[in-house]
Amino acid sequence: MFEFKLPSLGADMEDGTFTEWQVEPGQQVARGQVICVVETQKGAIDVDIWQAGTIAKLIASPGQRIPVGQVMALVATEGEDWRAIADTVVPADTAAPAAPAAPAAPIAAPSAVPAPGRIKISPAARRRAEELGVDLTALKPSGTHAAVSIADVDLAARAAAPVDRQAAMRAAIAAAMSRSKREIPHYYLATGINAERALGWLEQRNAAVPIGERILFAALELKAVALALRETPELNGFYEAGAFRPGTGMHLGVAISLRGGGLVAPALHDADRLSLADLMAQLKELLQRARGGQLRSSEMSDPTITVTNLGDLGVETVFGVIYPPQVALVGLGRALTKPLVIDGAIAPARVLRATLSADHRVSDGMRGARFLIELDRLFQQPELLA
Amino acid sequence: MSMSRDDVRKALIDCILAVAPEADFSNVRPDRPLRDQLDIDSFDFLTILQHLHERIGVDVPESDYGKMITLDGSVDYLMHRPTRPPGAATP
Repeated sequence: MFEFKLPSLGADMEDGTFTEWQVEPGQQVARGQVICVVETQKGAIDVDIWQAGTIAKLIASPGQRIPVGQVMALVATEGEDWRAIADTVVPADTAAPAAPAAPAAPIAAPSAVPAPGRIKISPAARRRAEELGVDLTALKPSGTHAAVSIADVDLAARAAAPVDRQAAMRAAIAAAMSRSKREIPHYYLATGINAERALGWLEQRNAAVPIGERILFAALELKAVALALRETPELNGFYEAGAFRPGTGMHLGVAISLRGGGLVAPALHDADRLSLADLMAQLKELLQRARGGQLRSSEMSDPTITVTNLGDLGVETVFGVIYPPQVALVGLGRALTKPLVIDGAIAPARVLRATLSADHRVSDGMRGARFLIELDRLFQQPELLA
Repeated sequence: MSMSRDDVRKALIDCILAVAPEADFSNVRPDRPLRDQLDIDSFDFLTILQHLHERIGVDVPESDYGKMITLDGSVDYLMHRPTRPPGAATP
């Protein structure tokens, strides 16, 4: 038997609000399967499980606020009887009560004169408004109804949500970036990479395939970053409790700006081992899910380095702030046509500005430089990136 | 049967809306770069082209991306590409 706990959702998130289960007791689950949904400052996250088993007991309930690390369910492993585990008494400290039982509606002392503007609302709708944090004074009954209904409350909550979500996401980013600048001694390196060969290779490749198989330059860049990291593993991992812990793979956190504001950087797992076509397919899927609010908990928690690409916005150079506890961030700008001296002659070439922000507690400029040199080398041999 | 300018324009706008549902075309300047006005990145742009291909059968090669900067420019360009009106059978 093992306890299924709310996994870390990244440095800037300490808890979430439980939304719903996607499994039931007795159901077999596979590793990586989405088990439940938790609402966070960065949107709804699908929480996936890291180990296979049979769901024995569901502990978390909708509306409950759950800190990272809290037990949400008990899961039977192979050979165990899930029913026996389901009867297990859950330790008190992990079994936080579900949303507090609705208190019996207090009977208000009848006031002689009703407060002006007092709204009529059903007790169930009032409870729902309290749960969702909806301002009661802003509610109005819809249609011909005399009192505010649950549906009215839900509607008001949805209307208010985008604003709150944005503020919450801004606060989460602020917390993580402040921590980064407080704790991480950044050093910064930049270099110009002649991207002519890589772009030409990709353009030729894309011209020969149907539109659905075209590969974005951003995907090629990610592959190059992942492969270059093999040279300098000390840029790929985490700094925790005073020591560096290398990542278990090249899980690139791809910085994605969301429509309507905010930023997420979910992981593209084992990017160095994916073929370019597979990497593109996974990037596509990741972007779609990030923008649709469908990210998985594993993607939020395990990027080993972040890559930010502002080339589309026309920015030439970007120096990023490291996302703790990671130890490096790669910034990619736009490939701009510039005069380059090649073999003694001036020729126009598209030049990509690549930067590295890295944690000086873990690596030195010399090693950081090694990474950028390797990145440059890979861009000159694009066939290695296929 | 070729598509009218309005048909092409409508198809393009529908495909953009599928990617950027919040886009407000009453505020879009048809003679200014679309990508800046609607926060469309290269991934969104590729997705829009894929939708266009599915919808009106038009194929935009990468080398012609530079002809699809503004809304008006894109419609001009698409008018000169072989298209298949929506609903017509796939050739």
